Amino acid sequence: MQVTVNVNGEEYTREIEPRMLLVHFLRDELGLTGTHWGCDTSNCGVCVVQVDAVPVKSCTMLAAMASGHEVLTVEGLERDGELDPIQQGFMNEHGLQCGFCTPGMMLTARWFLDGNPHPSDIEIREAISGNLCRCTGYENIVRAVRWAADHPRVAETEEVAAS
Amino acid sequence: MQVPAPFKYERASSVDEAIALLERHGEEARLIAGGQSLLPLMKLRFAEPEALVDINDLTELQRIWVADDQLHIGALVRHAELLDSAVIGEHYRILHDAERVIADPVVRNRGTIGGSLCHADPAEDLSAALAAIRGDIVIKSSDGERVLPVRELQTGPFETCLSPAEIVTEVRLPIRANTGSAYTKVERRAGDYAVAAAGAVVTLDGETISEIGLGLAAVGAPRLVAARAEDAVRGRTADEETIELAAQVAAEECQPPTDQRGPADYKRALAGELVKRAIRTAIARCRGQEA
Repeated sequence: MQVTVNVNGEEYTREIEPRMLLVHFLRDELGLTGTHWGCDTSNCGVCVVQVDAVPVKSCTMLAAMASGHEVLTVEGLERDGELDPIQQGFMNEHGLQCGFCTPGMMLTARWFLDGNPHPSDIEIREAISGNLCRCTGYENIVRAVRWAADHPRVAETEEVAAS
Repeated sequence: MQVPAPFKYERASSVDEAIALLERHGEEARLIAGGQSLLPLMKLRFAEPEALVDINDLTELQRIWVADDQLHIGALVRHAELLDSAVIGEHYRILHDAERVIADPVVRNRGTIGGSLCHADPAEDLSAALAAIRGDIVIKSSDGERVLPVRELQTGPFETCLSPAEIVTEVRLPIRANTGSAYTKVERRAGDYAVAAAGAVVTLDGETISEIGLGLAAVGAPRLVAARAEDAVRGRTADEETIELAAQVAAEECQPPTDQRGPADYKRALAGELVKRAIRTAIARCRGQEA
């Protein structure tokens, strides 16, 4: 079947089998290997991408179901050569060790901060409870999300001030 | 790599079209909405439907509203939306309690209310909570519409009384005065299935329990309810003695499996304890004693 998926602002049309999972479509059809593929059982969350601005586990969604929808992967977080604050936060606060969980963590956290710009640490921990870090580096991951909350994009700050 | 067996993929744009597609593809066709239960089963090849009918475009099923003294929840409402709904929290705190401990936030963004019910997992929290509430479900087919108590949907583990070309469109919950509710769950880690879980919906007439609903997940209670315990305490004074009685009878109604989440005896004792906690909180909420 033919699918057309908007990934990071670009339309991709491909001929695929209906059973192809979104994670494999992104990695194998489009070569976007920033989305990682982990437990394959919707437990670990390393495959999280945003579909229509909501994080989902891409190992538990068919690529066919994403046809006609907008997907955001880690490759799309950076804008105009500038890292998203969540990416900067992971760098500054050493939020990654092996880096395997990082893309999923960041896409979940980006969505979370969009809806809750001033979260408590408990809220951050609950928000990422579907994303596992096998290095167990949660302290720094929470700090990274906190850093991003404290350093929103300038444009976002202006929007908030204007509204 | 876990990949489902091949299937045909169809996308429905209306309830009628979904029913027509189910009829055309026969009894090996399945509806898919969030896919958070069905896709993992298909990846393990425990389920091998010949056709999937994607109903994610049926946005008319994705709303929550109040009408005729009833709460209406569309079948396509996501778990996250139920958790975020103020009107749900106003009438049934049990649903917010349960949603907070169902899977994780990312899975809750995708999984749907109708999907959870129709998957008929005996360990599924929302099914137990809705059974405690004594909700109804609305089912549509080409023959029209029928309404069924939630308690009659599950006929066994992963089995429902639905016909192949029927679709659940809505859950209806009665809005009751003088009623409090709560859900309690013990899990091994965040997002896991319950070791045991219990939900209680208590309606008080003064100091008397005039009606009670008790839902149980993961402990082998028939149809996810403790019906004998409900009968044992209905009409009694809402005190510790009555709560003890409910817990004792409810524990006897459980037939939990011994598995990696614990031995049967432990789970039965735990179910009794959780029934107590759920009833205590429900009564307190009914009396306005707990925020």
